[in-house]
Amino acid sequence: MRLGADLALTRGALDLEACFEVAAGETVALVGPNGAGKTTCLWALAGLLRVDRGRIALGERVLDSGPGGAFVPPEARGVGLVFQDHLLFAHLDARDNVAYGPRSRGVARREARARATQWLARVGLDASLHAARPAQLSGGQAQRVALARALAAEPALLLLDEPLAAVDASARLALRRELRAHLATFAGPRVLVAHDLTDALALADRLLVLEGGRLVQSGTARELVGKPRSRYVADLVGVNCLEGRAHDHHVQVGAAELTVATGLAGDVLITFHPRAVSLYSARPSGSPRNVWRAPVVAVEPLVDRARVELGGALPLVAEVTPASVAELRLAPGVEVWAAVKATELVVSER
Amino acid sequence: MRRLATLLCATLFVGCGPSRPPRAALVFASASLGDAFEELAAEFARAHPGERVEVHAAGTPQLVLQLREGARADLFASADEASMERVVALGRAAEAPRAFATNRLALLVAAGNPEHVRGLSDLARADLRVLLCGPEVPAGRYARAALARADVVARSASDEPSVRAVVSKVALGEADVGVAYVTDARPELGLVELGAAENVVARYTLAVLDGGDAPATAADFRDFVVSERGREVLARHRFGGAP
Amino acid sequence: MTPRRPLPAALAAAALVAALLFALPLAGLVARAPWPRLGAELARAEVRDALLLSLRCSLGAALLSLVLGLPLALWLAEGTSRLRALVRVLVTLPMVLPPVVGGVALLLAFGRQGLVGAPLAHAFGGALPFTTAGVVVAEAYVAMPFFVLTLEAGLRALDPRYAQAAASLGARPWRVLRTVTLPLVAPSLVAGLVAAWARALGEFGATITFAGSLRGETRTLPLAVYAALETSPDAAIALSLVLVAVAALVLFLLRRQWFPGGAR
Repeated sequence: MRLGADLALTRGALDLEACFEVAAGETVALVGPNGAGKTTCLWALAGLLRVDRGRIALGERVLDSGPGGAFVPPEARGVGLVFQDHLLFAHLDARDNVAYGPRSRGVARREARARATQWLARVGLDASLHAARPAQLSGGQAQRVALARALAAEPALLLLDEPLAAVDASARLALRRELRAHLATFAGPRVLVAHDLTDALALADRLLVLEGGRLVQSGTARELVGKPRSRYVADLVGVNCLEGRAHDHHVQVGAAELTVATGLAGDVLITFHPRAVSLYSARPSGSPRNVWRAPVVAVEPLVDRARVELGGALPLVAEVTPASVAELRLAPGVEVWAAVKATELVVSER
Repeated sequence: MRRLATLLCATLFVGCGPSRPPRAALVFASASLGDAFEELAAEFARAHPGERVEVHAAGTPQLVLQLREGARADLFASADEASMERVVALGRAAEAPRAFATNRLALLVAAGNPEHVRGLSDLARADLRVLLCGPEVPAGRYARAALARADVVARSASDEPSVRAVVSKVALGEADVGVAYVTDARPELGLVELGAAENVVARYTLAVLDGGDAPATAADFRDFVVSERGREVLARHRFGGAP
Repeated sequence: MTPRRPLPAALAAAALVAALLFALPLAGLVARAPWPRLGAELARAEVRDALLLSLRCSLGAALLSLVLGLPLALWLAEGTSRLRALVRVLVTLPMVLPPVVGGVALLLAFGRQGLVGAPLAHAFGGALPFTTAGVVVAEAYVAMPFFVLTLEAGLRALDPRYAQAAASLGARPWRVLRTVTLPLVAPSLVAGLVAAWARALGEFGATITFAGSLRGETRTLPLAVYAALETSPDAAIALSLVLVAVAALVLFLLRRQWFPGGAR
């Protein structure tokens, strides 16, 4: 069953317009800066908000078609929702939390509890904790219960709002792997909101990037890294991204000009990997066409390399070896020569 | 610190300071005397420049209670002798009580007497909502005495705390008949007088009190109430003369 | 925690005066109480009548507050109408008004000649004033605001996403209310209910104005205290002690809800 969403709604300062599809068995992550509309989008899918315009459909079933049209309320949608802070019912124990969905659909108490026990076992919650109140559970345990609770209601669509945000870093790695495995067993479309790119990359097959209420890019992790279409996405995936105006093989970026291998005209984005930037203490001789002088703003050592942030007319990041850092005496304030080959610059129209 | 002390003193001064101008005497009067005594107080002020009384009219039991607990009143005017005796027994009276008026019970009904109430015996009618004062209130005591003498069993919807409460509830239409005094007649209400045989006479007494702030003014006001001028005012309010 | 410095002497003295203002009336009541005859005073028929009537009416008022106040609190907390601010003022009014004024207003509305009382009396052949039901209404009028405002605060403090989570699990609105919202606000609900009950138990002004004072029917404990004050002060003091004891017990039981952090 396929999720088709073409939704538009205004809520406070947010003006959201997004159109996307999610196939059965596919996991899509909504990523974007704060206030971009990720959670609002999720709520509209869950039926907690009505769309102003557009249409949300699950298979043949129309869930929302705007004012005056069809609207299936959340309790009748069959949508599983996992919140970042779990929102387990404090007055019910873990098993009754999971049994809540089946009970709401008219399953007898005994049967609902039996199913809940199975689900809790499936998500790996120790049997000794089935009768525990939410307050007694760790973040990871609560996360498992929340997932079991959503799945026990046998939804047709699974929505997760930053499912790993409330889990501490030490448990995160294992839980991420676990969650991925559980998601794989769910047959319907899955949509998750992720603030953390690593979560999104690890859990999702495809990323949807929302910025200012608009879908700016959709694609696999590889597609995004290879061709980020906005500064936000570039920052997210760690590549350099410059906005400029192209005329033939030259792109004007602010006061600077870069030579590129592709001939284009108009507004363009130039992206390139930090490794493509070379640093020198003196002006290099040879082929590179793009050479300029820039001050070092910051040096951030990583395990096997260092990220060097450059200021000046072309603010960007270079990645060099630790040996280069020592050799060039790279430190904030030091002036260096930077060079990028034209063939390394990926130019795309905006 | 000094500012705090000043503030405290100011508070106490506001709380305890004279709220009446000097020499105004505080008169405690049974609720049924309220209107008549307000008029008497006004006439008294005209007749005695520089002297003034302030009338506090309320249910008699409440006044007795306040006097028992030390209220600084200058004069007490009671709708019955029993309440006055209690005040005398408390040692609050500065003089022997003096009878100054009488009153008679009457039945208050809606204007035009739609329920055709004629006399005490109508109070036994089941279709009427009857209102008496509680037995601790003089009007309630008088009413019960009259009913007992006439051998009428009446069921009061409530034991009201003062005769004023009875009047206002008949005026609001909440009761069909209220037992009050002839002095409670109002233009917007009907009044059924009771025959002498089934009526009782309420004796009103007054006495200057000990422990007031203006005993001289209180004595002047007492003299004014029992004077010819005072009697005229009371008679205009339908009170009877002293026995 | 850093050690607290003692209050300046002047403030401490003022605080002591304030504390005494509350302690002394209670001490007066205890000192004047007819202890040897207390049992006999409380066993008197009119005392028993007043006590039973008070319990019945105050529980009735609490129940009425629950049945009518709960929907009102939900609407105030979760509704979107612009009228809410106005209604909240209306609900708060009885807490600020002198209860006697409330009683008069009730008469003008529900009395035999009242705005809605007249047609009701015409239709059902009876009116509320001077009846036990009238006592319940008068007490509920004064007491329900405590329940509504306490519960509304509790509902506002509750994360609305709990109800949304329940809905996403397939629960219809009634079931969400019953199985999630109400259990989660249970502390506020209970605190509000007990506050309303205690206020109803102590209600005087609106009751005597609207329902009158008749032994066994409308004369509740506070009214009995008032009636007995002049004629039998001992009975009045004994009745007052009962009210003080009940109020103290309620405050003790609810100290966690009402004085969070202070109940050490």
